[in-house]
Amino acid sequence: MTPLLFYAFAALSIISALLIITHRHPVYSALFLILTFFALAVLYVLLNAQFIAAVHVVVYAGAIMVLFLFVIMLLNLRRETLAVQPNWVWKGVGGALAVLLLIEVGYVLNVARLPGGIGPYSPEVLAQKGNTELIGELLFTRYVFPFEVASVVLLVAIVGAIVLSKRKLS
Amino acid sequence: MISYQHYLVLSAILFAIGVIGVLTRRNAIIIFMSIEVMLNAVNLTFVALSNHLHSLDGQIFVFFVMTVAAAEVAVGLALIVVIFRLRETVNVDEINLMKW
Repeated sequence: MTPLLFYAFAALSIISALLIITHRHPVYSALFLILTFFALAVLYVLLNAQFIAAVHVVVYAGAIMVLFLFVIMLLNLRRETLAVQPNWVWKGVGGALAVLLLIEVGYVLNVARLPGGIGPYSPEVLAQKGNTELIGELLFTRYVFPFEVASVVLLVAIVGAIVLSKRKLS
Repeated sequence: MISYQHYLVLSAILFAIGVIGVLTRRNAIIIFMSIEVMLNAVNLTFVALSNHLHSLDGQIFVFFVMTVAAAEVAVGLALIVVIFRLRETVNVDEINLMKW
């Protein structure tokens, strides 16, 4: 059952990711991005990361995509997206570079061996105590300083977004 | 049986798709979405290895990557809105004042 789910949702994520970068209209790209996010959330559940899957759906499919769709609607891009001429030379160069990157990563995956030992959080431990509770414990003990810094990062982003998009008072 | 290498290959493919998007598309919003796809590919690597190594550190890191991605999208889209207001375009070929 698990291999079937993996292959189905891996294929779904790849196809929708390809549609993001090939579709002409940005709104459809945004909708296919949502589809990619949901496929990835299923893969996270298959990897015993239920908390990350839930947060992924809430943050990406909920918050970030709404932001994208709002900006697309604000900008009214239809006239412009249709006027853009494709540049086949640069498309070829970009595609070749990406294929080169894929070959490199595949080579590294074949050669590399993972150093280090196995940690204490086996799937049995996760199932017994709960993924969310264990992540919460780590987040508020060993990783409490990065956690607080993350809140500062979000605050700076809020202030920055407001300052940037505010019209000048005249 | 699905091993962690399957997930790493999938994440490499997704990352390459994101790179193609950044390199070939000229619409700033699509480039942003491609960056999101790349960030998600890296997140998938983190979660797959975290599951394989029985460690939760990868998942904590994914949590922080999501935080930074949310901040980046908020600021980046604000920048795109300002650029569109000034230049009436989001085509990155026409926004080349700082290129050379």
